Amino acid sequence: MAYAYTPGLTVTRSAVIRRKRILPLSGEVLKSKGDIVAAEDIVAKTDLPGSVETVNIVNRLGIASEDIREFMLKKEGDRVSENEPLAQTKPLLSWFKTVCKSPVSGTIEKVSEVTGQVLIRGEPQPVLIRAYIDGIVVEVFEEQGVTVQTTASFVQGIFGVGRETSGVLRLIVSNPEEALDADRIDESCKGAILIGGSLVTPDAIGKASETGVRGIISGGIHAKTIKDYLGYDLGVAITGSEDVPTTLIITEGFGKIRMASRTFDLLAELSGKKSSISGATQIRAGVIRPEIIIPADKSASIAKSTEREALKIGDPVRIIREPFFGRIGKLAQLPPELAKIETEAKVRIMIVELPDGQRITVPRANVELIES
Amino acid sequence: MVLATDCGSTTTKAILIEKKGDVYRQTFRGEAPTTVEAPFEDVTKGVLNSIGELEDLSGRKILENGKIIFPAKGNVGVDIYISTSSAGGGLQMMVAGAVKTMTAESAQRAALGAGAIVMDVLASNDMRPPHEKIERIRQLRPDMILLSGGTDGGTVTHVVELSEYIRAANPRPRLGITFKLPVIYAGNKDAREKVSEVLKDISALSITENIRPTLERENLFPARQKIQELFLEHVMAQAPGYKKLISWTGAPIMPTPAAVGLIMQTIARNHNINIIGVDIGGATTDVFSVFGGVFNRTVSANLGMSYSISNVLAEAGLANILRWVPLEIGEEDLRDRIKNKMIRPTTIPQTLEELKVEQAIAREALRLAFIQHRSLAVGLKGVQRERDVGSAFDQTISGESLIKMSELDLIVGSGGVLSHAPRRVQSMYMMIDAYEPVGVTRLAVDSIFMMPHLGVLSTIHEKAATDVFEKDCMIHLGTCIALSNTGKAKGNVVEYSIRMPDGSVVNGALGYGEMALHPLGVGEEAEVTVNPSRGFDFGKGKGKSFTASVTGGVCGIVFDTRGRPLSLPEDKAERIAAINRWNQTLGIYPE
Repeated sequence: MAYAYTPGLTVTRSAVIRRKRILPLSGEVLKSKGDIVAAEDIVAKTDLPGSVETVNIVNRLGIASEDIREFMLKKEGDRVSENEPLAQTKPLLSWFKTVCKSPVSGTIEKVSEVTGQVLIRGEPQPVLIRAYIDGIVVEVFEEQGVTVQTTASFVQGIFGVGRETSGVLRLIVSNPEEALDADRIDESCKGAILIGGSLVTPDAIGKASETGVRGIISGGIHAKTIKDYLGYDLGVAITGSEDVPTTLIITEGFGKIRMASRTFDLLAELSGKKSSISGATQIRAGVIRPEIIIPADKSASIAKSTEREALKIGDPVRIIREPFFGRIGKLAQLPPELAKIETEAKVRIMIVELPDGQRITVPRANVELIES
Repeated sequence: MVLATDCGSTTTKAILIEKKGDVYRQTFRGEAPTTVEAPFEDVTKGVLNSIGELEDLSGRKILENGKIIFPAKGNVGVDIYISTSSAGGGLQMMVAGAVKTMTAESAQRAALGAGAIVMDVLASNDMRPPHEKIERIRQLRPDMILLSGGTDGGTVTHVVELSEYIRAANPRPRLGITFKLPVIYAGNKDAREKVSEVLKDISALSITENIRPTLERENLFPARQKIQELFLEHVMAQAPGYKKLISWTGAPIMPTPAAVGLIMQTIARNHNINIIGVDIGGATTDVFSVFGGVFNRTVSANLGMSYSISNVLAEAGLANILRWVPLEIGEEDLRDRIKNKMIRPTTIPQTLEELKVEQAIAREALRLAFIQHRSLAVGLKGVQRERDVGSAFDQTISGESLIKMSELDLIVGSGGVLSHAPRRVQSMYMMIDAYEPVGVTRLAVDSIFMMPHLGVLSTIHEKAATDVFEKDCMIHLGTCIALSNTGKAKGNVVEYSIRMPDGSVVNGALGYGEMALHPLGVGEEAEVTVNPSRGFDFGKGKGKSFTASVTGGVCGIVFDTRGRPLSLPEDKAERIAAINRWNQTLGIYPE
């Protein structure tokens, strides 16, 4: 049962990253295969049908539904502008005429003789899809979008909020134990993605948003800080579409937790480079983790990704639940038999050796591999 | 020899059911991760893996070249294969009706009973402006829409108006981009033609009988059947690998909750009892009830123990969770712990303290899901009742809850936190706290969550399904005898005597706000005489004594004099002391 483990988060110096950039409905693709693109470039666009407004003509004019067409000035398919008359009564004296105007600009979609209402489709809204990462277009899906590929350093977080963005990475703490507070943020951080340590404070997020910081990466954060930042409590971990000024990526979990050295060291080394980040997280049904992609210089060689099949003694692991939450260690033993833990539940366990040499027993469900 | 699988959103569970002598028994169980999502995108892979594990455990050869061997011969093959599915988020529906508390509510009951998650309920009178309704339909992308409205001969305009909104939204199904969205019309029959004109070219429209032909009558069965039919034809057929899976099964694949509902109804009917069932999962909590033969099911799509655990906190509030925890625990700490469980849903409590917190959250999830259930499991609203002089002063209105705790016979719990609690008495205690049963009520848990499998099985072989349900699925916990009102008492509120199966008699007495546990084994029956003090009611009336035959279980008989509605001491120190006292009396935790 060495296969029964929680796959961990990837932290890798070099990997080939591909990202599909697809429109929500068919439209126009603006790039061709082989094109070099920057993260900000638009690769595809389309128009979303406008939203629909309804006008109850028969109520407004005091007529019968089945007679509606007699009073309409516009028919299905006609364009109307805001405040343009849609229908009017025909009294003997035009003085007593009642006019019904369009509340929006758009196109008449339906005139109903049953309900007496008119549906007006508003102006279409443009949708633009950007490349998201600096790279090369390797695949084109007709009328849908493209795949962009790059060679990059790649770090997955455990949880994030906020949209895709890009900016220059900037180390702002001196070690992974340190908390990122407001005092460390100044005007020079505008447009950057900040690398923090164990915690990001509420006032740091406030200052970052004001200053125009694009993103913050931190080991931990208090749940309440996120709640206050979003203005509501997250019920389920499906994020990425929040309209917040600064995207947040948490690498370890909730609470004050030191960023894993491996993640911190890699990010620190890449400080000053351009990176693309996304806060999108989805835990259920097709896991999506927040990510930090730092495209490499052209000369970078690609480390071969090793397909992991099972746990091995010596593997680096992260403990993901109390009482050892956030500790990093090495897998020391994998006893095959079930063991009784403090709660009296009989579960599969593993023995983990902490950096100070201490050996602890942890349920396997509470351990995550640190993947490379 | 029956092979059954349930393709859940995370795991696919396979069981084997065999005839042993005269009865059917569940013999082996295997499980494997569900493979609906990328990178596999073929549900049958997970199904085959789970069957592979069954083969390893049972020594029976079931598969050959990736196919199930039919029929069973010696130690090879099975006679029939059946399956349920809630993978890929289950069946997600939107329902619409003319009046929110009447046809729209009936439509909601029809969809829930068919095993759906209801994403939104649209009604002509729901106060939302039309453009908001249209935008909502467009954004939600349901798997299916159930449109009702109007009694036969009633409103046509409102129903056509709703269909015009659906048309304007032109919603695209969640799965299968090229397919038209299935819409079921089950409203006023006079509006059929007009609704059809509006919707036929933008949707796959089916028309079935009105779910509310008159105000006094609800007719949910035809709509439920249509929903399940379309679920199979349209929704499932679009999910990766399901076409193949459908071709393997000997009975239609059913949405998991619909199958659980079926087995609940079968049991209630066979024993002529009233049941409440619950399945508390990681993402959702399903509640089922059968009272007086009327079946209801609700799903709280946002209450669960891992993916949705954070919602339990948001809905219950911190104070309500903390009241069950006999510990000093900081608010920030608890918030962080709950969010950590949300982002790492597969972790388990390692320390006793963590277990206590988890079981406190479970109480609130169970309680809130039950409140939602009670609000929907009601009689028909808008019904004019004939009144005689006596009831003219009675303010009872239509739409009263069907859930009458004093008439409840059995509570069945299922789902990880209940089925896998380290001590069974913890499950019993959580359900007593969450449901507050009154009088005499039996409690049980599902051993390994095989109710879905048994539900489908009941459609083709009812005896096999009930045999396995009673012999292998249910773990009887025991019986709870509880005070049904509140009051102040200086002395005892009840004296009782229990005549045990061996003829010995155990006598006891309890003051207000206490609990007691008397062991009585599985399959054993005891005769209990309950003598409440004046003013106290144990389900038969204030001060009324009674004798009842009660059944035992792995826990036994629990007496609960904490009163209903259950309220814990306001003072923190007093509350913690009380909880610790009850925990000790019942032997809840190893301390």
